[in-house]
Amino acid sequence: MATETNSAEAASAPGMPQLDFSTWGNQIFWLVIALIAIYFVLSRMALPRIAAILAERQGTITSDLAAAEDLKVKAQEAEAAYDKALVDARAEAHRIVGEAKAEIQSDLDAAIAKADAEIAAKAAESEKAIAEIRAGALDAVKEVAADTAKEIVSAMGGKADAKAISSAVGARLKG
Amino acid sequence: MATEAKGEEAGLVFHPMDQFIIKPLFGDGAITWYTPTNAALWMGFAVIAVIVLMLLGSSKRSIIPSRSQSVAELAYGFIYKMVEDICGKEGVKYFPYIMTLFMFIVCANFLGLIPTAFTPTSHFAVTVVLAMAVFLTVTILGFVKNGAGFLSLFWVSSAPLALRPILAIIELISYFVRPVSHSIRLAGNVMAGHAVIKVFAGFAVITLVSPVSVVAITAMYGLEVLVSFIQAYVFTILTCVYLKDALHPHH
Repeated sequence: MATETNSAEAASAPGMPQLDFSTWGNQIFWLVIALIAIYFVLSRMALPRIAAILAERQGTITSDLAAAEDLKVKAQEAEAAYDKALVDARAEAHRIVGEAKAEIQSDLDAAIAKADAEIAAKAAESEKAIAEIRAGALDAVKEVAADTAKEIVSAMGGKADAKAISSAVGARLKG
Repeated sequence: MATEAKGEEAGLVFHPMDQFIIKPLFGDGAITWYTPTNAALWMGFAVIAVIVLMLLGSSKRSIIPSRSQSVAELAYGFIYKMVEDICGKEGVKYFPYIMTLFMFIVCANFLGLIPTAFTPTSHFAVTVVLAMAVFLTVTILGFVKNGAGFLSLFWVSSAPLALRPILAIIELISYFVRPVSHSIRLAGNVMAGHAVIKVFAGFAVITLVSPVSVVAITAMYGLEVLVSFIQAYVFTILTCVYLKDALHPHH
């Protein structure tokens, strides 16, 4: 009877249903059941699972970061190796260029020397030929001069001594 | 009947508290302690919401979380960090209890915002049980962990000696007022918001006022969404603070 009057009062009057103590036992009973249900679901299943997920994610992130660090070190090493290879290659190229230059220079020197020698030989030969020609020409001049002198002397009516004329021409040519 | 007739005369019928009436789900009989009522139904919905969010949401265990899983993780991280920050490392072992309180309150509050829903947390019966559970747990735990040393909570050793007895009385009163404020804060906030929405809805009967009423209800609803979360948060953080007192009673 008491509950009926209470609920009738609550239905019509603007009082607070919260202060209707006849429903407290009911609410508390269901609340305790709900809390126990939530507690078991959370503590036995949900929370350990979420903790495991978070831990796993943390582990994954950590290992991924470590892997990234490794890869970065590797990349740096590769870069250093590449730079070193580049420097080596450059040095090698310099060396090869130097060698080639030296070889070419020596070849060139040899060729120049040979050419110089040849030129010198040719020049000597030519000089020799020129000297011969000159000597020949001198002889011819002497002969012509002597002949001419003899002719001139005979033409002037003199008797030309061949030996005297040639010595006289020689003396004049020298002088 | 008298109030109804009066209300119809004025064109306004206010029953802002009717939404809090507890009714049996089946039939019209008296409410005994085991009767399935609307309160029991919505507490059950809160339990289902917790299961869906925390259990089904995290069932895939994916490294890159889905939306529901990230909500579950967010809730977990939020409360876990709160417990750890306030109570320290020893507090972590009470994390499931605090998480239970928070998830129940937050789910019940938000489900109560569905129109025509019933909000279990608007009833003092519910919040008083929650607050008393925290109060009793903290008190018993404080004495179990620290023995008589727990009483140093009331003896403010940093104050001048002459002031200490007075402060002890004040601290003692404030300690026993805790469960009262703890429970009334939650139920009062939730109940007030729902009742205000109902009052605004009552004004909608007048044609001229009804647009204003709709706007006001919308604004109140937005506020209630905030209140639903904030009150759950406040209840949880106060629980953590009280738990900290039990674990480290020295000021």
